[in-house]
Amino acid sequence: MTEPVIDKPTASATHDVIGPGHTFGSVTDKISVIVLTQKTPQGWWIGFGLSFLLVMVLFYAITYLLAAGVGIWGVNVPVAWGFAIVNFVWWIGIGHAGTLISAILLLLRQRWRTSINRFAEAMTLFAVACAGIFPLIHLGRPWFFYWLFPYPNPMGIWPQFRSPLVWDVFAVSTYATVSLLFWYIGLIPDLATLRDRARHRFARMAYGILAMGWRGSAIHWHRYETAYLLLAGLATPLVVSVHTIVSFDFAVGIVPGWHSTIFPPYFVAGAIYSGFAMVMTLAIPLRAAYRLQDLITMRHLDNMAKVLLTTGLIVAYGYLMETFFAWYSGNEFEMYMMANRLAGPYAPMYWALLFCNIIVPQVLWFPRLRAHVPLLFIVALIVNIGMWLERYIIVVTSLHRDFLPSSWGMYSGTIWDWATFVGTIGLFLALLFLFIRLLPMISIFEMRELVHTEESERN
Amino acid sequence: MAQIFHPSTNTLSRVTIFGALFLIIGLLWLLAQINRSPYVTDVNVVRAQPVPFSHQHHVSGIGIDCRYCHKSVENSSFAGIPSTSTCMNCHAHIWTNSEMLEPVRESFRTGRPLRWTRVHDLPDFVYFNHSIHVQKGVGCVTCHGRVDLMPLMRQAESLQMEWCLACHRAPARFVRPREHVFQMDWVPSIDQQDLGEELVRKYNIRVEQLTDCSICHR
Repeated sequence: MTEPVIDKPTASATHDVIGPGHTFGSVTDKISVIVLTQKTPQGWWIGFGLSFLLVMVLFYAITYLLAAGVGIWGVNVPVAWGFAIVNFVWWIGIGHAGTLISAILLLLRQRWRTSINRFAEAMTLFAVACAGIFPLIHLGRPWFFYWLFPYPNPMGIWPQFRSPLVWDVFAVSTYATVSLLFWYIGLIPDLATLRDRARHRFARMAYGILAMGWRGSAIHWHRYETAYLLLAGLATPLVVSVHTIVSFDFAVGIVPGWHSTIFPPYFVAGAIYSGFAMVMTLAIPLRAAYRLQDLITMRHLDNMAKVLLTTGLIVAYGYLMETFFAWYSGNEFEMYMMANRLAGPYAPMYWALLFCNIIVPQVLWFPRLRAHVPLLFIVALIVNIGMWLERYIIVVTSLHRDFLPSSWGMYSGTIWDWATFVGTIGLFLALLFLFIRLLPMISIFEMRELVHTEESERN
Repeated sequence: MAQIFHPSTNTLSRVTIFGALFLIIGLLWLLAQINRSPYVTDVNVVRAQPVPFSHQHHVSGIGIDCRYCHKSVENSSFAGIPSTSTCMNCHAHIWTNSEMLEPVRESFRTGRPLRWTRVHDLPDFVYFNHSIHVQKGVGCVTCHGRVDLMPLMRQAESLQMEWCLACHRAPARFVRPREHVFQMDWVPSIDQQDLGEELVRKYNIRVEQLTDCSICHR
């Protein structure tokens, strides 16, 4: 990778959603060449190789887990929910930015979504894939995972429909399905472009099958637009519902630190916060490596930074209210839980989380700092870490000091917890590397549309 | 530019897309069928035994009561497998030279018990108790089938949890008067539902408790 490019906040650069001088042809060339080029860049091989190594770590950790059982993890009474749930919530949260960008910003006709929606959606899918691993492997007997689904089984019983853990199954599987459909339908016109431009016979066949016979006729476009809009409508409630239900996993339990009505909105804001942080973490190196500064412009980074700041402030409000209500409740266990968070054995992590999630993003108030690309990257990275710490604090500090001091304990992840977590990061990155090599990471036809509308506005 | 695909690809892709849907539904249906089939449940599968003991002969032919051999069925969780000496009560006198009965005589001589193959084997996490079922009027036949008609022992019911629950959810459909529990050919003289509801009251069967997890899984 070359040294990071610092973009000067010139007037046009901050306002344009696409660099000047682009035509239909140049946009198509620029994006499709990344995929159709015969020679894979060396940087790609290094990045993919390292991620793939981590995927192997993941496989190793899961294989050992299946052989030995969850005892290899750090979980035990009283902290029976450890890394698995922390990572699940973290990954699911990251996925939310993709859905928000693709569905809500589409319905709100925010044109700046166009160049970031494709890889944000891909990121969503891969994050959900990583998230989905954890609830499955944290089951005592993962091979019976299908017991979570209501099906006419020979046991003659249904899952407990009053449990949010069952709602989770539906929320997450719906989310994964809708995200996949949305992403794939959005890809079809571009797959057809790749099919038409590919030289290699195999590539033409592969893209041709995936393009499902797209010819770009008026009727195709009409149906496409209808389907895409309908799916956007379907995906919109998912932005809010999925993390609401994830928050119910905690909020429904009568555990100080979990049993709180602010959890659903605070989790949703946190999800979008972490999701945008991840989009920026990925977009900034990508645009530098593939020289996409005129497609993912300073306007995009600026807007994303603003979303980051806004959701960060909502999350900060959530922390504040959590603390306030612990005191205001007058409940001795609630108050003790909060005192323990602020000054107990996990206090350094709590303060680190406040630093990462509240203090650091305040730099985004300043337009000059928002134009500083490496700084944005660092802020996004810190927010990613902060959001992981948040989930760790919620899961662990609420559990480790139970109502009775006789059932107090400490928790920390074992080497296998870390191996699984790092392994999913590897899986996520490996899938992402494959995606940028094999599929157009920016929507080609939507960029052409953008060239057209920008032009007609200028004239 | 030449076409990449032959026109027949259109039909092929339509068929595969719709076909996949039916294929998945069909596979799930197949799995559900296999899960309830004798391949999994062993219903009606005859197991090899050291001696080909015939319940048909001993029960309907000779008329021996169930409790002569399964003597702890009324007051223990385990119905009881007869000791060799129980067999020898009769077989010391009849069929004394039978080749078939040699393992029984050998067991008697050496004092080493016969190793029967268990036919009704519940998982270890299920705590089944024979005595409570007998006391509350569940006939032997209700679970074990017409053993008086079985030359060789086999399972009559699946013993899957849905089968247990069918009775635990609505015992009135199955219970009979206590005095008829060991009768093989008993049929209700009035409507089973009316009789059952009366007996559920009479025997103080508390249906609301019967589906608690801890009733069977302790």
